[in-house]
Amino acid sequence: MSKRIDVKDLNVYYGDFLAVEDVSINIEAKSVTAFIGPSGCGKSTFLRTLNRMHEVLPGARVEGEVLLDGDNLYGPGVDPVSVRAQIGMVFQRPNPFPTMSIRDNVLAGVKLNNKKISKGEADVLVERSLKGANLWNEVKDRLEKPGSGLSGGQQQRLCIARAIAVEPQVILMDEPCSALDPISTLAIEDLINELKDQYTVVIVTHNMQQAARVSDKTAFFNIAGTGKPGKLIEYGNTQNIFSNPTVKATEDYVSGRFG
Amino acid sequence: MTATSLSSSQGAGRAGDKIFSGAALAAGCLILAVLFGVALFLVVQAIPALTAPAAEIQGGKGFFAYIWPIVVGTLIAAVIALVIATPIAIGVALFISHFAPRGLASALGYVVDLLAAIPSVIYGAWGAAFLAKEISPAYNWLAENMGWLPIFQGPASATGKTILTAGIVLSVMVLPIITSLSREIFLQTPKLHEEAALALGATRWEMIKMSVLPFARPGIISAVMLGLGRALGETMAVALVLSSGALTASLITSGNQTIAAEIALNFPEASGLKVSTLIAAGLVLFLITLAVNMIARWIISRHKEFSGAN
Repeated sequence: MSKRIDVKDLNVYYGDFLAVEDVSINIEAKSVTAFIGPSGCGKSTFLRTLNRMHEVLPGARVEGEVLLDGDNLYGPGVDPVSVRAQIGMVFQRPNPFPTMSIRDNVLAGVKLNNKKISKGEADVLVERSLKGANLWNEVKDRLEKPGSGLSGGQQQRLCIARAIAVEPQVILMDEPCSALDPISTLAIEDLINELKDQYTVVIVTHNMQQAARVSDKTAFFNIAGTGKPGKLIEYGNTQNIFSNPTVKATEDYVSGRFG
Repeated sequence: MTATSLSSSQGAGRAGDKIFSGAALAAGCLILAVLFGVALFLVVQAIPALTAPAAEIQGGKGFFAYIWPIVVGTLIAAVIALVIATPIAIGVALFISHFAPRGLASALGYVVDLLAAIPSVIYGAWGAAFLAKEISPAYNWLAENMGWLPIFQGPASATGKTILTAGIVLSVMVLPIITSLSREIFLQTPKLHEEAALALGATRWEMIKMSVLPFARPGIISAVMLGLGRALGETMAVALVLSSGALTASLITSGNQTIAAEIALNFPEASGLKVSTLIAAGLVLFLITLAVNMIARWIISRHKEFSGAN
C-alpha cells in the first residue's frame, strides 16, 4: 500500500518565475524522507508538486516528470483529483473542517471517493484511522463533538487520521509540527515513525533535530539569493547529511552557521 | 516642560475633538429621533383606523379583514422573489468567487452591482411593458398542464400582470443584494479549509460543498434576509406590474396585492378614515420589515462570533 516516487528534472514555475530548478530525487517506499533548508528555498513548493497541490495557485506549472511507481503524475489525461486521493497531505496548521464532528472529519475523504459506506464499516474505519493516528483513546467518547474543540496537537493528529483513512500511497507533511508545542510535536514524531511501516512519508521541516530524529533520508534545498530559483543541493542518508555532508553549504546549514 | 504646558497645550486640537464628538453625537441622535418620529407618526395616524367601527373600514369588515389579504400578498411576492433569486444569486456568487478567471470575475461583479443601481420604476416599466406580455403564454401552458395545483389554477391572466410576474421582477431586484453579500462571504473562506478538502481528492464542487458552503451558511442566511427586506418594501415595481385584486391562491391570474403597492396606488385620492387605514397598513409593513432586519442582524452577529472563534 505504499509506492515510491521518482522525480526527474523537475522545474516549478509560478507564471514566468522559476521557483524550483532542476530537481531529481528518488524517494523510497516505506521510508521517511525529510526536506530541510532555509525559508523560501522552495522545499514546500516542491513538496506540493508531488500531489499537484501547487496547481491551486493560478499560474503554477511544472516541467519534468514525477513518477509514482513509474506512472507520471503529470502525464496527459492524469486527473489531479485522483492524484490527490492517492497522495495525502498534512498542512502546516491543523485544518479540521470546523463544522464537522470528529467522526465526520475522519470520514470526509472516504465519503468523497466511496459514497456508500455502511455505518458498521464507517465505525471500523474511524476507529482504525484514529488508532493509527494515536488519537483514539483521547477522543473515543466524543466522536460527535466538533473537531475544532480539540487542542492543536490533537487537531493535527485528527488531520493525519483523516489523511490515512483514505489509505493513500504516500503522505506528504508540510511542517506539520511548526504550530505545535514540544509535547504534541513528540507525539507526531512518534506517529511518523509508526506510519513508515505502511506508508511512504515525505516531511518538510525547519527543525533539523526533527529531521535527524524521524527521517531515513534527508534532502537539503537552498537558494543562491532572493529571486533565484531553489535547488536540491544534497540528498542522502540522514546520518551522512548530518555527520558527514559532502557539500559545504549543507555542512554550514546543518551545523547552524546560517539559515 | 512645566506642569502648565502639560495642562494647556494643544487647545486647538481639543476644540476640534469637542466639535467632532458633538457633531457625531448629534448625527446619531438625529437618526434615533427620525426613526422615533416616523414610528410615532404611524401609530398616532393609524389609531383612528384601528379603533373605528368595522363597517366604516374599506370592505366593511374591519381593519383586520382589510389588512390580512395584503399582508399575505406581500409575503407571497417576497417569497417568490427569494425562491427564484437565492439559488441564482448563490450560483453567480460562487462563479465569481471560485470559478471565473480574474478578469471576468471582476467584470461580472461590476455588472451585478450595476443591477442594484437601476431605479425600481424602470424595473416596473420593464415588467409591465415587456415581461408580462412575453410570459403570458407560459402562464397559459401552466394553467392547462399544471392547473390541478391550486397555485397554477386557470384561467391565466391574458395580460400576464400577475403576482408571479411581480415576484419575478422583484427577484431581479434582490439578486444583486444577495449576490454581492454572498460573494464577499465566499471569498473569506479560509484557504486552509479549501486546501484540506482538495488534498483529500475533492473536485472543485466537492471542495465547495465541504468547505465553502458550511463556512458561508450564516452569511448566506443574512444576505437572504436583507434581500427579503427589499422585496417586502418594494413599491413602484409591484404597483406597475401587478393587476391587483382580491387574495387568490392562483399565482397566474390577476389578483392579490402588496401593502406597499396598495398604499402607493390609493394614497393620492384618499381622505379621512381611508388615509389612516392606509397609514395603519404602513405601520404593519414597518413592523414586518423591522422584524426581518432584526432577525438578519441577529444572525449576522452570531456569525461574527462563529468566525472569530475559529
